[in-house]
Amino acid sequence: MTAARAIAAGIAALILGSAALLAGQAQTWALLPADLAAVRFTLTQAALSAAASVVLAIPVSRALFRRRFAGRSALIGLMAAPFALPFVVAVLGLLTIFGRSGPVNMALAALGLPPFSIYGLHGVVMANVFFNLPLATRMLLHGWQNIPTERFRLAQSLSMPPSAQFRHLEWPMLRAQTPGILVVIFLVCLTSFAISLTLGGGPKSSTLELAIYQSLRFDYDLGRASLLAIVQFSICAGVTLIASRLTLPDGLGSGLQGFAPMMPAKGWRRSADIVWISLAALYLFAPLCAAMIKGLPGLADLPNGVAAALARSVAVALGSSGLCTGLALCLALAAAQDKNRWIEVAAMLPLAASGLVLGTGLFIALRPVARPEDIALPITLLVNAVLALPFLVRLLLPAARQMNANYGQLAQSLGLSGAARLRYVTVPLLARPIGYGAGLAAALSMGDLGVITLFAGQQGATLPLLVQQLIGAYRMDQAAAVALILVLASFTLFALLDYGARRYADT
Amino acid sequence: MLTLDRLVLTQEGFHLSADWTVPLGQKVGLIGASGAGKSTLLLALAGFVAPTSGRILWDGKDLAQVAPGNRPATILFQDQNLFPHLTIAQNLCLGLSPRLQMTQEMALKIDRALARVGLSGLGLRKPGQLSGGQQGRAALARALLRARPLLLLDEPFAALGPALRAEMLALVAEVAAETQATVMLVSHDPQDIQGFADRTVLVAQGAANAPVETAALFAHPPAALRAYLGEKSPKK
Amino acid sequence: MKTTLLAAGLLSLASMAIGETPVLTVLTYDSFTPEWGPGPLIETGFEATCRCDLQFITAGDGAAVLARVKLEGVQSEADVVLGLDTTLTADAAATGLFAPVAAAENTLPVPFSEPNFVPFDWGWFAMVYDSTKLATAPTSFKELAASNLKILIQDPRSSTPGLGLVMWIKAAYGDQAAQIWADLADNIVTVTPGWTEAYNMFLEGEADMVLSYTTSPAYHLIAEGDATKSAALFREGHYLQIEVAGKLAASDQPALADAFLAFLTSDEAQAALITTNWMYPAKTPSSGLPQGFETLIQPATSLLFSSAEAQAARGPAIEEWRTALSK
Repeated sequence: MTAARAIAAGIAALILGSAALLAGQAQTWALLPADLAAVRFTLTQAALSAAASVVLAIPVSRALFRRRFAGRSALIGLMAAPFALPFVVAVLGLLTIFGRSGPVNMALAALGLPPFSIYGLHGVVMANVFFNLPLATRMLLHGWQNIPTERFRLAQSLSMPPSAQFRHLEWPMLRAQTPGILVVIFLVCLTSFAISLTLGGGPKSSTLELAIYQSLRFDYDLGRASLLAIVQFSICAGVTLIASRLTLPDGLGSGLQGFAPMMPAKGWRRSADIVWISLAALYLFAPLCAAMIKGLPGLADLPNGVAAALARSVAVALGSSGLCTGLALCLALAAAQDKNRWIEVAAMLPLAASGLVLGTGLFIALRPVARPEDIALPITLLVNAVLALPFLVRLLLPAARQMNANYGQLAQSLGLSGAARLRYVTVPLLARPIGYGAGLAAALSMGDLGVITLFAGQQGATLPLLVQQLIGAYRMDQAAAVALILVLASFTLFALLDYGARRYADT
Repeated sequence: MLTLDRLVLTQEGFHLSADWTVPLGQKVGLIGASGAGKSTLLLALAGFVAPTSGRILWDGKDLAQVAPGNRPATILFQDQNLFPHLTIAQNLCLGLSPRLQMTQEMALKIDRALARVGLSGLGLRKPGQLSGGQQGRAALARALLRARPLLLLDEPFAALGPALRAEMLALVAEVAAETQATVMLVSHDPQDIQGFADRTVLVAQGAANAPVETAALFAHPPAALRAYLGEKSPKK
Repeated sequence: MKTTLLAAGLLSLASMAIGETPVLTVLTYDSFTPEWGPGPLIETGFEATCRCDLQFITAGDGAAVLARVKLEGVQSEADVVLGLDTTLTADAAATGLFAPVAAAENTLPVPFSEPNFVPFDWGWFAMVYDSTKLATAPTSFKELAASNLKILIQDPRSSTPGLGLVMWIKAAYGDQAAQIWADLADNIVTVTPGWTEAYNMFLEGEADMVLSYTTSPAYHLIAEGDATKSAALFREGHYLQIEVAGKLAASDQPALADAFLAFLTSDEAQAALITTNWMYPAKTPSSGLPQGFETLIQPATSLLFSSAEAQAARGPAIEEWRTALSK
């Protein structure tokens, strides 16, 4: 608990401190009229994206939960892949499918229908769904798996129709889980300026993060940057607090037998499940495959720096994943017992942090003590770990609460504590979310192109930076090939951690 | 000796007082309507509910500052007495070593305890692979290994049939006799109480009454007990 | 003198270990230093004569480079800053962190007179298109706005080419700029945060034209043997981007820094820059331009605000752009 408080305070200091450092160097304090419009657009697109992702994730995760088919496990694993994609690669993948000359528009043209343009608010939402649907699906899948098998058996033995099962078993779980998931995705979308701008169709789709970027990079207006960062924090903290008040325990208790699928409904429900799974798979993997196929030709002609960049990226990803998982576990366990929820709120703060503000703050803080180039990788590791923390805490928290409800008293009455409790109770019972979370943190770190650009020197490029540099030099084939390697590497890391943990949990 | 010294427990919309003692080795039943506070009293003894006022003493020592795992008590809950991901042997081992470091000597003790409750050879199974009765036996075996002087039973066998339940209670009595433990049994079933408890505490109207001779209590039930039992007034 | 030596020593402990080689640190954008960029050629070339160790430190792009200079102030370990462009120089000069440098001979299409900076390459902004898909390109922004052509541009708030386009239209149309933007609004597919997204999306066929440089087709022609990309020649003229380097006043290696700036406009460095940065050399090397450059369009009119004008025009022009496109 004390450790968790210290971590939470550290995070708050890091996130708020970076904005404060900027503010300390500011000369003027003013927002532009455009900034207000940016706040409005930011909220709109984040709210729509979060709602769309979660609404779609419900039938998809439910279908995945109750159906068994060849490749199910691989499909669930692969769902983390969009997270690892550098933004520009993901957008190009989406455009290959939904763009002007993509298959969707070719089909529309063949049918004599007007073309579909992805640019606009709907395009922003589509891209955000592409990135966040997998996350929402996985989080809900954990929720479904945590409904005790006994309850489903009970329901079946009572001949509860599917609608009643939904109302009495599944709805309470959804009621407990969705507010938290909505918040996470809302906050992810809050800070994603590149998506909004690129697919938004024009300056009316400007977000807060763009305004921060502009004020830091072009106008060098540190006061405005820190004001904007504070606006972003306030939105984040407000939304997190509201959601935590809305979150209710599902009251489902626990069972002894781990999870087993509920008796799959037959008839049209079966067809509906198949359709949902297929649509989700198609939506996620068609752009992904398109992006990866583009990388194949360039594999023959890779730049020399790839191996070193790969090694750096993997090292940073593993380090950041380990650090993040440890911190998240500590925070989640404490937050599960914390009635004030402020640890939970602190753990969500990094979602509101602008990567640029965080990086610049660290730069100002560390510049006097170290050469930025020398600490580029450790700083990247630390920042990536902190930025992934909210996802992991969000993943671990419901499971930790449930573990406490079910086995907290038993463990206490047996005097289980400290390392032994962690080893024999906490880790085995939370293995699934820990493995998934660690994998997610690794994938997020692999794909991240934030702080590294502020600190990296001549020799310090990571894979995403290399992709960016190659595109900047017109070398699209090589860039696509490096992106392919990046996706493969990050997916391998993810799969090892996620699959390993699932295997461990199942034995 | 267990002493409840002017103990008061308060929770939302709930209030319970108790002020009595139980000598070592006695088997006490707790009976009363649902929601009267039987389980809460047990949880307070186990250290999960802090008293609003008053003290809980074991052999004259106040337990207020003693963590649940360090209390001289073993508690069996209504369910979740076993960790589903650990084997039965590991679950039992927790009774000997909370760090779950199994030594040769412990393994022998565990085997003996399993044999004692009729679960020989099932140490490597997981709880999910056992029947409800077997799960209860496993939890009892762990209580045997822990050998704490106070055994708290919060209807752990409620899910079992009457015959099996009687069998389990007989086993509890044996275990208690072997470890010379004081037993507190919460049950809904008057027959369980009558068959098991030397003395019985009636929990009603915000008070856990001092334990009285079980046979005497049921022979001349007070109004609250009569209401609970739902019997016609005994013939005069 | 002693303090300078001490500072130099402290700043370059690593090089101290291998001897007394002085270190020249160049701060530049991060696309300058990769193995395929100009960095390695420049480093080898300069180190061959300077008896020094040339080290690069990087920040994202030109704007990020300037932001870092401002952040670090006089504590910067950089001696030379390389990669600012003419929309940023007034801002940079106003920091007072740059030292005057010797003017170098150049072959720029416009006169250049900024005491603190040496130009090292330049290019004209242009709308680039695929000549196999678009037979006749528009010849002015007005014609483009009247057409149904779809274009991709960059955001002037986050990208230097994006800012260049806003300046281009302002320089060409003055008070009519807002009207041009309003007319262009329906041609703009989207506005990307940076050049990389827009150019890539153009190559994927998302638009007919993209804002880039007149030299972009040269890359496809020379490096890929692909002659399909062309730049549209606009009657109103083309805005220039001139990339410059400067010396920080706080440098502990002022002599080396001067030598480096001189080297930057030498034939060797200039020839290297042409086919690594894909821009025009600030001073055409004696070997001339590589084969293929003669196919590029040659705008008759070059537009460029002076650095002071650019600084004054930037804020209002961006606001004008934003308002026109937000409708």
